[in-house]
Amino acid sequence: MSQQVGVIKRINGSLVVAEGLRGARTGDAVYIGELKLIGEVVRISGDLVALQCYEDTSGLRPGEPVIGTGAPLMAELGPGLIGEIFDGLERSEIELWKLTGPFIRRGVRLAPLRRDRRWRFEPRAKPGDEVEEGDVIGVVQESSVVEHRILVPVGLQGVIESIEEGSFTVDDTVAVLVTPDGGRVPLKLIQYWPVRVPRPYRERVPIDRPLITGQRVIDTFFPVAKGGTAAIPGGFGSGKTITLQQIAKWSDADIVIYVGCGERGNEMADILTHFPELEDPRTGKKLIERAIFIANVSNLPVAAREASVYMGVTIAEYFRDQGYDVAVIIDSTSRWAEALRDISGRLEEIPAEEGYPAYLGERIAELYERAGRVVTLGRDKRIGSVTIMGAVSPPGGDFSEPVTSTTMRFVGALWALDTELAYRRHFPAINWLRSFTRYVEVLEEFWVKLDPQWKTYRERALAILEEASRLEEIARVIGEKALPNDQRLILLTAEIIREGFLVQNAYHKVDTYCPPERQVKLLKVMIGFHDLASELVKLGVPVDRIRSLRSVMELLRLKEKEGLEEMDAAYERVREDLERLRMEYEAAGVMRGT
Amino acid sequence: MSLAREKAGPIYRTVREVRGPLLVVEGVKGVRYNELVEVKLADGTEIIGTVLDVYEDRAVVQVFGQTEGLSLDTAVRFTGDVMRIPLSEDLVGRIFSGSFRPLDGLPEPIGYERREIFVSVINPAAREPPSEFMQTGISVIDGMNALVRGQKLPIFSEAGLPHNVMAAQIARQSTVLGSEEEFAVVFCAMGIKHEEYEYFRREFERTGALDRAVMILNLADDPIIERIIAPRIALTIAEYLAFDLDMHVLAILTDMTGYCEALRSISIAREEVPARKGYPGYMYSDLASIYERAGKIKGKKGSITMMPILTMPGGDITHPIPDLTGYITEGQLILSRELHGKGIYPPVNPLPSLSRLMKDGVGPGRTREDHMEVANQLYMAYAEGVRARDLARIIGELSLSDRERRYLRFAEEFERRFINQGIYENRPIERTLEIAWELLAMLPEDELVRISEENIRKYHPKYRSA
Repeated sequence: MSQQVGVIKRINGSLVVAEGLRGARTGDAVYIGELKLIGEVVRISGDLVALQCYEDTSGLRPGEPVIGTGAPLMAELGPGLIGEIFDGLERSEIELWKLTGPFIRRGVRLAPLRRDRRWRFEPRAKPGDEVEEGDVIGVVQESSVVEHRILVPVGLQGVIESIEEGSFTVDDTVAVLVTPDGGRVPLKLIQYWPVRVPRPYRERVPIDRPLITGQRVIDTFFPVAKGGTAAIPGGFGSGKTITLQQIAKWSDADIVIYVGCGERGNEMADILTHFPELEDPRTGKKLIERAIFIANVSNLPVAAREASVYMGVTIAEYFRDQGYDVAVIIDSTSRWAEALRDISGRLEEIPAEEGYPAYLGERIAELYERAGRVVTLGRDKRIGSVTIMGAVSPPGGDFSEPVTSTTMRFVGALWALDTELAYRRHFPAINWLRSFTRYVEVLEEFWVKLDPQWKTYRERALAILEEASRLEEIARVIGEKALPNDQRLILLTAEIIREGFLVQNAYHKVDTYCPPERQVKLLKVMIGFHDLASELVKLGVPVDRIRSLRSVMELLRLKEKEGLEEMDAAYERVREDLERLRMEYEAAGVMRGT
Repeated sequence: MSLAREKAGPIYRTVREVRGPLLVVEGVKGVRYNELVEVKLADGTEIIGTVLDVYEDRAVVQVFGQTEGLSLDTAVRFTGDVMRIPLSEDLVGRIFSGSFRPLDGLPEPIGYERREIFVSVINPAAREPPSEFMQTGISVIDGMNALVRGQKLPIFSEAGLPHNVMAAQIARQSTVLGSEEEFAVVFCAMGIKHEEYEYFRREFERTGALDRAVMILNLADDPIIERIIAPRIALTIAEYLAFDLDMHVLAILTDMTGYCEALRSISIAREEVPARKGYPGYMYSDLASIYERAGKIKGKKGSITMMPILTMPGGDITHPIPDLTGYITEGQLILSRELHGKGIYPPVNPLPSLSRLMKDGVGPGRTREDHMEVANQLYMAYAEGVRARDLARIIGELSLSDRERRYLRFAEEFERRFINQGIYENRPIERTLEIAWELLAMLPEDELVRISEENIRKYHPKYRSA
């Protein structure tokens, strides 16, 4: 790496202009001033270089030096990522705390991966093996659930000359590779990758399996596929963060990366405190053993938010390349977009809508395009995926603003949060009329295995909900009582679906996570009820009689039951009650002689 | 002046441009970004400022204080240091201006150390998630939007609503169940009227809270630009009291709308591209740098609980000020003109109000096991009732179904008995929950779906009297 040296000319917030950084390229990392604050080259004009500084620039003055590293901002990749909490520049916040106390200090240089920790390395290749980029040369059991696969770095191939089993730090050489031109390259547990460049793969493959989140409204109605993208826009107080946290906790990805980008400090503290206690319902292991956090909270420097998102996605791609399904959750992409706006404004670029730069759409598209399900590099043709789910925080809850409207164009699923639902304490407050998914067809196969009628249930439930919202509009004017009976039944069924299916209590020990089998069963019971009840309504049974049946109201609490048999039993009770009601009415009809 | 370190630097008389609160000074040397600047006007008045932009030998200085009288004759001295204030326990009981001048006739404070006021970020990994229930004695808060120590919970109000009365009541009554600890109030006024300030002062005085308070005042007729530093001075003091002296601090910031207006006028003077309604694009981050100073730190006893008050311009919750605030704070209490008009105090509309941290502060071992469920059920029932009321306005009460009529009655009673209470009435949480159950008993038991069966058995008046 060639070092370049320049001198500060101007400081304006996070923008620093330097002179004399010859040979600098945009995207190069730099150290600014005597404090060596971390920054990046964003624009070059003649002898002047504009830098975006990732730390607070107070106290800098013209004349201080700037050192160019000649290399772009890199992520360190290797054992030690799992369970960590990093800032946007991949500095461990736990280590920073030990080092500088509870308040963040500037200019602290800290290696992302701990250098003092030793890892047990087990070779999977032997001397004489021919290997190419992406091949697994060995593994490190990083946590009880994550086997960290050590890959031949991108761009390398050759023959393994030596490889050693044993206990190593990330900097130690574990193997030596002889390249075709005869060079000898030491392979280590650590490798580097520029965060703004997508990591390469062999090819994309069709996405065909769901990312199960255990959240009924998502999995059943608006599913996202592994390797897909989803956005979750919502005004404040619509329960965005809780919904994202639920996804982070329960989704069936191998690795979960949570990027807290410009959000609340107490929320991050809450996640960091509670995650280590939570257990994965599938493995029984602690969720922290598969999670990585990037906590670039709202009062950290704005510019670092920009980097934090790419840092998260780069780490995700690295685990994807090992053959894992990775879920990336970004809360919130709006704060990231604001960072783009901030630096664009300081560069005096001509703004497009609401002060955002004209390239906002391009950046959002590029970000979501880093999701996907791929065949990775390496000869064993592993399959891995990155799913990106981004929160959007529209100002005033207005979905037509630039970040929300642009994001909606590039994602495969949209979970539109609704403040009105949140006011009614309907959580997750995902509005079933405004949300969409493009993954139903590709995921059908998965669900049909659980119940061949799945698609029908889903479509009918959505139709009932849609019809109900139309009827509610009318009822708001003329009163529910004035509606005919068959329409009142639709309102009743919709209420059962809403309260008994869509509403999910994140704090209830059973309800917090609903496995797919239970989701299908629950929906089947509700649609079954509707069919039986429709028969009765045709006979002239008033809906109020149906509503007053205890077994019907029990459907609302069915979601709190763990066993599938309990659901069958509940359905049986509804069927019996309705049957009795039918006989009663048929008898009355016979009496009347009809 | 107490904000500057006692260190002389050269005095420049090279102001080339005056634009609102901004001065462009040329021919300067070694000026640091964001450093403190002392500015002396032609008539001898001394004010302070900071460096906003420095380009080689040219610095843009933003002054805090009166902007009338700025001229090309203004003398400028760069102090070489960022803005700091001296800190000691003697600050408690004192009153200062927005630029830290004593207003109580006492001498300038001396501290053990001088701490910078602008940059202070708690490491997220070092934060302790707030979890201690703070009883305010106000049912609609404790019962449905409980406040916990270390939380930031703003009051969204409108002109003419009793937000100040409420804030004073909270300051007076706030206690943590089962604890007797050191307590202080940090009060920061930004652009409020003299009579509003007088009200707070009288209330604090009457209850002895004044001796436990630090007041930073920028009143309506004080220089608007000072509002940028006033909350930062207040919170630097709050941090010192909380994290150095182990005190539990309640920080009241009023009115944040006054603060944001100051932020906007600087942005406009700098000719920045505005985001919404003329407010700058960085307002979210700027507000976050204030609000995020609330909290608790692992291994420290003290805490900062923050209650910012803002008046929503035109009552519009989508206005950038309440909107951005709501995205940063952990919930909001929203005052309603309609409830106020009905004579309900405090006129908190529970439906759009929210305390995000309530779940961590209530429940078994903290308040009571049924607390959260009761709160959710009250929400649901009141929302139903309000809907029935809207419907009755259109089709008449007689056309409502029995169910709707029942919820309508519930809503009326709920407002009258649960939300409504006296300004000096301090309701313990047990009493609040008792009233809640009496109200919920008006509804059929089957409809209490947000409450578990065990808790219904245990707390429903029907089973308790039996």
